Amino acid sequence: MSLLQVKDLCAWYGPTQALFNVNFELAEGGITTILGANGAGKTTTLRGVCQTVKTSGEMIFDGKPTSGLSTDKIVRMGVAHVPDGRGTFTGLTVDENLRLGAYTRKDKTAVSEDIEKVYDRFPRLRERFSQQAGTLSGGEQQMLAISRALMLRPKLLLLDEPSFGLAPLIVQEIFEIMKSINQTDGVSMLLVEQNASLALNLADHAYLLETGKVVLAGPAEDIRADETIRRTYLGY
Amino acid sequence: MNLRIQTVILLGLIALILPWLISDFRVFQVNLMLVYAIAVLGLNLLTGYGGQISLGHGAFYAIGAYTAAILMDQAQWSAYATLPVAALVCLAAGILMGFPALRLDGHYLALATFALAMAIPQLLKYKGIEDYTGGVQGIVLDKPLPLFEMEFLGKELSEDRWMYYLVLIVAVLMFWLANNLVKGRIGRAIVAIRDQPIAAGALGVNLTAVKTLTFGVSAAYTGVAGALGAIAVSYVAPDSFHTFLSISFLVGAVVGGLGTIPGALFGAAFIQFVPNVADEISKSAPWAVYGAILIALIYVAPGGVMGMLNKLKRGDAK
Amino acid sequence: MDGFLLQVFSGLATGSIYAAVGLALVMIYQSTHHINFAQGEMATFATFICWWLIDSGMSYWLAFFLTVGVAFVGGLVIQRVFIRPVERKPVLINVIVFVGLLVIFNAMSGWIFEHTLKAFESPFPVRSAVLPEYISGHQLGSLGVTLAVLLVIYLFFRFTPIGLAMRGAAQNPDSASLVGIRVTWMLALGWGLASAIGAVAGIMMAPIMFLDPNMMGGILLYGFAAALLGGIDNPWGAVAGGFIVGVLENLLGAYVIGSDLKLTVALVLIVGTLTLKPNGLFGQKVVTRV
Repeated sequence: MSLLQVKDLCAWYGPTQALFNVNFELAEGGITTILGANGAGKTTTLRGVCQTVKTSGEMIFDGKPTSGLSTDKIVRMGVAHVPDGRGTFTGLTVDENLRLGAYTRKDKTAVSEDIEKVYDRFPRLRERFSQQAGTLSGGEQQMLAISRALMLRPKLLLLDEPSFGLAPLIVQEIFEIMKSINQTDGVSMLLVEQNASLALNLADHAYLLETGKVVLAGPAEDIRADETIRRTYLGY
Repeated sequence: MNLRIQTVILLGLIALILPWLISDFRVFQVNLMLVYAIAVLGLNLLTGYGGQISLGHGAFYAIGAYTAAILMDQAQWSAYATLPVAALVCLAAGILMGFPALRLDGHYLALATFALAMAIPQLLKYKGIEDYTGGVQGIVLDKPLPLFEMEFLGKELSEDRWMYYLVLIVAVLMFWLANNLVKGRIGRAIVAIRDQPIAAGALGVNLTAVKTLTFGVSAAYTGVAGALGAIAVSYVAPDSFHTFLSISFLVGAVVGGLGTIPGALFGAAFIQFVPNVADEISKSAPWAVYGAILIALIYVAPGGVMGMLNKLKRGDAK
Repeated sequence: MDGFLLQVFSGLATGSIYAAVGLALVMIYQSTHHINFAQGEMATFATFICWWLIDSGMSYWLAFFLTVGVAFVGGLVIQRVFIRPVERKPVLINVIVFVGLLVIFNAMSGWIFEHTLKAFESPFPVRSAVLPEYISGHQLGSLGVTLAVLLVIYLFFRFTPIGLAMRGAAQNPDSASLVGIRVTWMLALGWGLASAIGAVAGIMMAPIMFLDPNMMGGILLYGFAAALLGGIDNPWGAVAGGFIVGVLENLLGAYVIGSDLKLTVALVLIVGTLTLKPNGLFGQKVVTRV
């Protein structure tokens, strides 16, 4: 069952076109990764899905068309985006960040339960719950950002370079958490990463972008296994 | 002869004959319009070209006016001699204002100059300097008499008509100077600082010098206008230099077209004549008209009159 | 000593009004990074509406709350209609729109309600119940009202979901839209609240200053000084700033420079703060990327 279908997606920043007829699909419960060098258009693709950038083309999420909808409507449909740079509300406390994640939900008791679950999963966040989010370390902010996105109880989680600027051990921890979120909570994920090996280990499908176009697509393990592709396109 | 030169000659002839075609009172109004044009031109140099927002140019207008008035009233100077002094005094004042302005951007500068505009009337009424400024009553001046007698088209060379030619000459001079300034190296430096200040600095433009000098020159222009205005009206009083005067100058600059030189003339015509018409409706209505047209213009034609004219010239449909 | 205390209490009373105006200014600045030059005139217009309601027979407090409500809706509408189209345009364009609004509101006040000074009665007893030698009934009352308003605003932002959403939207509009907040409506709400606070300030000011279209002009300047002194991005700094400015104005006016140059004091405070301590006393340094 396809959760997200993107057909002929083009995107513009002002007069500059950044994406050229990008096509991809994401199955329900799956993890798809979008790879590519700097400036390839990976972040733009995620922004296109959320409609925070001007786009043309068709997008169908959960069976409903979403192109042209406002960002807040798409969020309410169950799409949570962890942007690059984490997008934490640095001036607000950890607890307030989490509560904002649940802003669109009406079930107050369940929200409180979910916050408890976050603190159980990340004891470090519980310790710092009344601290300003901007004072957290990079790794803690990433955990906070992902948790905030999960507070939506999303069907689809968009992650933009979760490994960026983090120490390898923390990155491993975070990728393990992402795997467990996918397996236990059944959250589908669209992952944008520069660290191709990490991403290919986690994902089941992969797309490679180059200057706004899809140049490669396929199951992650195939791409992982193909040495030529890895050397030519992914640099390892 | 091409169209441009023909238009200039035609306009020049009209300008020369104009005071003899209309009544004394209308000449007086045209005088004020030309005075405002110089003031608006000054503001335009700072805000339109230089990108530094001033909501307080009424202050320089007031300084110029009072400089002229005090020199004429207390030191018996002739009106003509006060003009260069007013220019120099305001140049200095502008450069002085320019220094703190260096640290301020956008709305902070607007805020600081707005505060200046609001404080000016109270400052002028201050009893401590009353001996010079005449306090709340202000100073009454004598209009300069024409140096010779003349009659033309059935009208005589009145003080207002004499004043007209003085203002006209000064205005033409100031506009010509501004045009040269803006088209030259300094002009380009000013615009470069407005658009990309950090790059300009990296390219060797002395930001401090250019920015403070722009403030100074802008103030000098408005100061000369103030002096001329004081002479033309023959009166200065603190309440003439209220906040709305500064706002009027900004309105004139925007309506005429920011960053253009001829725009100052259209803007001045707007702020001089629209209130008179709207005054018939209600004492407050001119300002409602100002505010409404200002906002409408910003949405519809942010380039002002000159912007619209340029679009027509280019045949632009957008 | 007596005279000193009198000035201090009086300064606190007017200071509370400056605090309210300063808070309104900071609220709009925090969310939009624009300074609402029209704040004073909007408040004056609202105060005229209140005056008209009372003059037409309505009871004071009913008129008060109705006016505050109207001001709230008015502020919201203004943001949606006038401010939103120029949100992303350069600063100069925005400044001009604000100035245009200033002029329009001032003109409407004069046009509809005329320029004759209006007496505005205070709802509070003339004699204060507390410390009557130092403070009048109205001063105490207006101090109480503005403090109550400030408390309500504080509670709103701190403890309600919408207050939290507004704070988030002001700090980080991109992230806010990603959690489903409709950022433009948050901005409109901010304007509505600021407008309502301004109306309260105006209504409290009117019995002291007499009501005419230019009533709030000078007050606006003090509001700016308060906001800057407290740090333009710090709402509670603005409140503290307001009280400081109020007391300072009175003390300087009584003992140092006389009441003639009060506006100049505000001017010096503003320019001084902007050049010497641009973050104010309580603000945070903001680093901009090249």
